[in-house]
Amino acid sequence: MNKGAALSSGIDTGEEILSVRNISLSFGGVKALTDISFDLLKGEVRAIIGPNGAGKSSMLNVINGFYHPQQGEVWYCGSKRKSLKPHQIAYQGIARTFQNIALFKGMSTLDNIMTGRFTHMRSNIVSQAFWRGPAEREEIANREKVEDIIEFLEIQAIRKTPVGRLPYGLQKRVELGRALAAEPVLLLLDEPMAGMNIEEKEDMSRFILDVQQEFGTTIALIEHDMGVVMDISDRVVVLDYGKKIGDGTPDEVRNNQAVIDAYLGVPHE
Amino acid sequence: MSQQPSLDTFPKYLLRNAEEYGNRAAMRHKDLGIWQTWTWKELLEQIRCYSLGLQALGVSPGDKVAVIGSNRPRLYWSFAAVQALGAVPVPVYAESVAEEMQYVLEHAGVKYAVCQDQEQVDKIQSLEDSLPELKHVLYDEPRGLRDYDHQALHSVSAVIEKGAELYKDQSVVNAWQDGIAAGKGADLCVMLYTSGTTGRPKGVMLSYDNVLISAINGSTFDKLDHTEEIIAYLPLAWVGDHVFSYGQFLTAGYCVCCPESADTIDVDRREIAPTYFFAPPRVFETLLTEIMVRMEDASNFKRRMFRYFMEVANRSGEKILNGEDVPGKDKWLYKIGSLCVYGPLRNRLGMSRVKVGYTAGEAIGPEIFRFYRSLGINLKQLYGQTEASVYVTAQPDGEIYSDTVGKPSIDVELKISDDGEVLYRSPGVFLGYYKNDEATASTKTADGWVMTGDAGYVDDNGHLHIIDRAKDVGKLNDGAMFPPKYVENKLKFYPNIKEAVAIGNGRDYCTALINIDLTSVGNWAERNNIAYSSYQELAGHPSVYKMIEEHVNEVNQSLSSEPQMAGAQVRRFLVLHKELDADDGELTRTQKVRRSFIAERYGPLIDALYSGAQQQDITTEVVFEDGRRGEISATVQICDMQTYDAEQLRKSA
Repeated sequence: MNKGAALSSGIDTGEEILSVRNISLSFGGVKALTDISFDLLKGEVRAIIGPNGAGKSSMLNVINGFYHPQQGEVWYCGSKRKSLKPHQIAYQGIARTFQNIALFKGMSTLDNIMTGRFTHMRSNIVSQAFWRGPAEREEIANREKVEDIIEFLEIQAIRKTPVGRLPYGLQKRVELGRALAAEPVLLLLDEPMAGMNIEEKEDMSRFILDVQQEFGTTIALIEHDMGVVMDISDRVVVLDYGKKIGDGTPDEVRNNQAVIDAYLGVPHE
Repeated sequence: MSQQPSLDTFPKYLLRNAEEYGNRAAMRHKDLGIWQTWTWKELLEQIRCYSLGLQALGVSPGDKVAVIGSNRPRLYWSFAAVQALGAVPVPVYAESVAEEMQYVLEHAGVKYAVCQDQEQVDKIQSLEDSLPELKHVLYDEPRGLRDYDHQALHSVSAVIEKGAELYKDQSVVNAWQDGIAAGKGADLCVMLYTSGTTGRPKGVMLSYDNVLISAINGSTFDKLDHTEEIIAYLPLAWVGDHVFSYGQFLTAGYCVCCPESADTIDVDRREIAPTYFFAPPRVFETLLTEIMVRMEDASNFKRRMFRYFMEVANRSGEKILNGEDVPGKDKWLYKIGSLCVYGPLRNRLGMSRVKVGYTAGEAIGPEIFRFYRSLGINLKQLYGQTEASVYVTAQPDGEIYSDTVGKPSIDVELKISDDGEVLYRSPGVFLGYYKNDEATASTKTADGWVMTGDAGYVDDNGHLHIIDRAKDVGKLNDGAMFPPKYVENKLKFYPNIKEAVAIGNGRDYCTALINIDLTSVGNWAERNNIAYSSYQELAGHPSVYKMIEEHVNEVNQSLSSEPQMAGAQVRRFLVLHKELDADDGELTRTQKVRRSFIAERYGPLIDALYSGAQQQDITTEVVFEDGRRGEISATVQICDMQTYDAEQLRKSA
């Protein structure tokens, strides 16, 4: 079962929930991340920004357990994390969405979000086959959670629609729904607003803030739209060429010379 | 159902229904994907606690309570809970932006507001400075409101819980029931603000007698009883919804179902299959467009089957519905068609069980009207006004003509003034406009006749025909009659045209601004490999112009066949680069075109229509959903049309 809630129960809002310490990651000769350290405080929205190829997605993949860095440590809920597989990390209360949507196109919105509940299900293939009794009760309980999420994200109208038929903006919302279905302690969002129009971006921003406020979820997000980042995040960490060049509140980051240079461009020696 | 003399207010009806219908379903709401049901007994219990809770907050007789939001059970409960205390509910259009709301709330002098959600609470709070009388705000959905200051803000659940505690004290309950018993039919029941097609909204004051008698007469006319089920989805602030989803709900004792959200109505309607259905023509148009679009995408076999049986229905469907005789072959074909096409279509539309369906608010295209009737759906037209508690005229069963709005409803007297305006007198006639005696005096005569402002005439069958708003019917410079709505409705009958504005009063000839329908034209473009990236680009596409030109041409031909209307043929038209939108003030909240505003806003385009120019640049300001403003500019093409001589056409034919 999902241990996220139990693990994080001792941590108060505003205290460190996860930190990466001196992370270095390389693929052959390519250095994706070099000596990166930062922390996430419980209940905050933490943005990771940087130009293309800065190592943002690699960073999320490290937190998510998809990549294993050559050096450095990840501390989660007060203890150093062992090297785990992504699904084991999901059981620890970390959920994510992807830059390019990774939904089951032929399945309905409802079923897609239901898959996000897997860390909360116990019944095995035998009891599922018999169905009556525990498996049925479990499904009803999980379905209720899923319906809560559908209402929360205002996607009742597409409950039974196969997600492959949905427009991009809605698919992104379904993906967020699936991540939320795991009732995560820490939610990782990889470019949740890429390719959206202004109105969709505003909707998504509101959902992200609502998730933070209603569920107290800690959120780490990668985003390119600076307006959105500055509006919704509490703190921002800036990466460039795999190195950390800035860290602080949106205002601090906005006035940081290294960040301005990275975005506007200066010659690299 | 015995009619007791004392049943003269809605709270009294609530008590009666709880006793008489006890365990019957009174209200349903789809929540978390499941229809939740309240029986009349449960409903009374909830409303009683709610009302007691409101009393504890200080709601007292005469207070105005704003109700803002979509069709949620608790907002309907608010009406009864407020009325039980002798206070007056004031439903407000939930779509209105804060400034629009400000006028109504200020004018009504509301002391309390019941909001659906955070969005509405935000609007109210942004207006707090200009509403000094406002004491408490209530909300139904707590989402996003956790961190708000709860000094003067309460959740409806908390108020109901508070009321449940008070309920334990028998003396409080007795006092509450005495309060209901003291209510009289002549008391002010509700204040409904007109949507404001012209000028400021006016607060129409309706008494219990007005709404009750109209509701009961309406039920009698269509033989509605407690077994009906309806789906409530039209704005609470609109008189129609107030009478159908509240007035008749309580007097007839039927079940009202609230949809899950505004986007799920089609699915929810299919699940409920209402027996009594009401929609403005726009809804029927949209549904028909959707069916046609989907049929175009269907397999060849299905498409042919659909076409074949629709022809049968077109020929005989209406006659069968009216109980007239048809050839034996068609009788059989219609039965087969019911199995293969009409039945599934009715089911798809959520109209399998419709006993009677109404359309009102605007004229409905005769083809659209016939389409639904030929499917076996008993769709009828109704002519009503807020000032009349809805009913003025309605079509009786078996006497359906698509160009009339029917005969006077029960207890309604009708007459046409010397200058062609429709006047009526009925028990539903409003008390007056709130704090606006001047407007009351100019609308309602001393002996109770109300001027509708609509031009019309009564035909030999006793049916009323409405031509247009009396003040809108104009004249072209050559003296020919120019009824703008008549021309617009003819244009709007084409699924590709969503909205049209005809211009011509005091001009040399008639012209039109046209709005394309994105669903329909978009689908057409897809099928014809026409690439477009925006509404604007599609609207200006030469092929779209060509298609619209064909439609306008047909309209001109049809106008030329009617001698009085031949002068109103469209000489030039253009396709607007943006959709007319209520947020920009171009439509009213009930989606009616605001002609004078559009004339001003698109002045350069209209000048170009009369200057002979072939194209014109235009920049318009638009308001986004969140209230920010932006500008869009475009070059709009103008198309010249051929007109037909009324005489010639008749000769050649």
